[in-house]
Amino acid sequence: MKILVCISKTPDTTAKIAFTDNNTKFSEAGVQFIINPYDEWYALVRALELKETQGATVHLITVGGADTEAVIRKALALGGDEAFRVNSDSQDSFYIASQIAEIAKQEQYDIIFTGKETIDYNGSSVGGMVAELLGLPFVSIASKLDVNGGTATLKREIEGGEEVVEVSLPLVLSAQKGMAEARIPNMRGIMAARTKPLKVVEPAAADSLTAIVSFELPPAKAGVKMIPADQVEELARLLHEEAKVI
Amino acid sequence: MSVIIFADQFQGKVKKSALEAVQYGAKIAQQLGIPAVAVAVGEIDGTELSALGQYGASKVLHVADGRLNEPEAGAVTKIVAEAVAKENASVIVFSHNFAGRSIAPQLSARLKAGFVAGAIGLPDYSAGFVVKKNVFSGKAFANVSITTDKKIVSVMPNSFSLSPGSGSASVEAFAAGLSDADFKIKTVKVETVSGEVPLTEAEIVVSGGRGLKGPEHWGIVEDLAHTLGAATACSRPVADSGWRPHHEHVGQTGFTVRPNLYIAIGISGAIQHLAGVNGSKTIVVINKDPEAPFFKAADYGIVGDAFEVVPKLTEAVKKYKGN
Repeated sequence: MKILVCISKTPDTTAKIAFTDNNTKFSEAGVQFIINPYDEWYALVRALELKETQGATVHLITVGGADTEAVIRKALALGGDEAFRVNSDSQDSFYIASQIAEIAKQEQYDIIFTGKETIDYNGSSVGGMVAELLGLPFVSIASKLDVNGGTATLKREIEGGEEVVEVSLPLVLSAQKGMAEARIPNMRGIMAARTKPLKVVEPAAADSLTAIVSFELPPAKAGVKMIPADQVEELARLLHEEAKVI
Repeated sequence: MSVIIFADQFQGKVKKSALEAVQYGAKIAQQLGIPAVAVAVGEIDGTELSALGQYGASKVLHVADGRLNEPEAGAVTKIVAEAVAKENASVIVFSHNFAGRSIAPQLSARLKAGFVAGAIGLPDYSAGFVVKKNVFSGKAFANVSITTDKKIVSVMPNSFSLSPGSGSASVEAFAAGLSDADFKIKTVKVETVSGEVPLTEAEIVVSGGRGLKGPEHWGIVEDLAHTLGAATACSRPVADSGWRPHHEHVGQTGFTVRPNLYIAIGISGAIQHLAGVNGSKTIVVINKDPEAPFFKAADYGIVGDAFEVVPKLTEAVKKYKGN
């Protein structure tokens, strides 16, 4: 089995969000970057579990400049076998999906994992786009994956319940919580990652279909209105008369 | 020209999130002076479909194929693409719900149409077609321009309150020319969580954290939720401890919710939790720790023992709910 895991570099979850250049660019000053949690904790770890239990080669791919190599090396330290970095500043989801699909066409993977979404641009788009560009089925927001021969069985939540689906390999899926438990790289993995292949490839010609015009921060909250614990009825009144939510 | 809206259903009823998408798409259609056409798949009663007119659709294209009762993303992508061609659609709208997250990106790649996922505002036409969406897990907004002729938008659930009118849509059977090859994903089992409000569609959410000390104490959360007609939710440590099922976990790695009212009981308010709830219109925090960071994000707060405060709140709410 041959697996590709799509890796994104995102700001740490606790990063302070600020913008520069007249609110058109994210300010990276003082920001620590990590592997997008959905990509690392669920997609990559489930791919590694399949490698350990069923035998598989796990490739990684990211689209980004040289500054993404720290996160891709961490993914290699966790157990990925080799990695691709498409040497391009990330554009929009379609551009990124096009780059991933280009590599995937050459390598012929059985399973392509993405995370459910990235925690920076929250698009949930790349996996579905990659699937369409490759003509493969796409199972989104999956919380469980079992592979038996050429068939994958997946569980995913839907509004009002959950469903179990079956699909023949190859497929593309986006992973969410439940798929696997997060791991920490060990020293042996970190040392081994230094010598694992990280191929830098130039981007294929592809369009961007969207562009970010500007960013905004949410307006400041008016502040909390505290109600004494012995006046709970007052809270109910405020929710009814002031906030008008009950 | 037209606006196409995918109106997905669950067990024969159009989802609330889909009604929001229809209303959103119909407003765009009204602004552009073109018709709003809904696309529905699976076995749905005609009355349910014509009622989409109340939300602004003038016509519904219906593919009444029972294999689509659980919408197969590949097949629905083909259906919507054919509807786009038939109706010469310039804008295509989905809900940013589970189905929309699967289908909309595939359609975007198929049509080479720019896609904004999770819109929280109507398009601004002053500089083209610019849509506002949440980024950085709700800690900021981005204004995104779609630069292609055809434009796809998915609407964040609970971002626009429903205001049904009195219209009625015509319903037209739509033959999309599906073949077995279009059904690559087979649904084996669907398990419904009966009697509960779906979390991502709920207008009120009552959520509990570690401050409740154990699953045996969840009755006070459920009583308040039941009184309010709300969904129940929990923080990550609660789900990870097995006190509550994972499908109730809200936060950065769980579900994102945008209810009108979010009541957090015994939740300190870690930044990862706030990322999943900061789109809520009104936030109430009940915590015995006055230093809990959640109070900074709250609209109303009570410092107190949840086991005393919550039952009193349930009783007080009953007066306003008339039960």
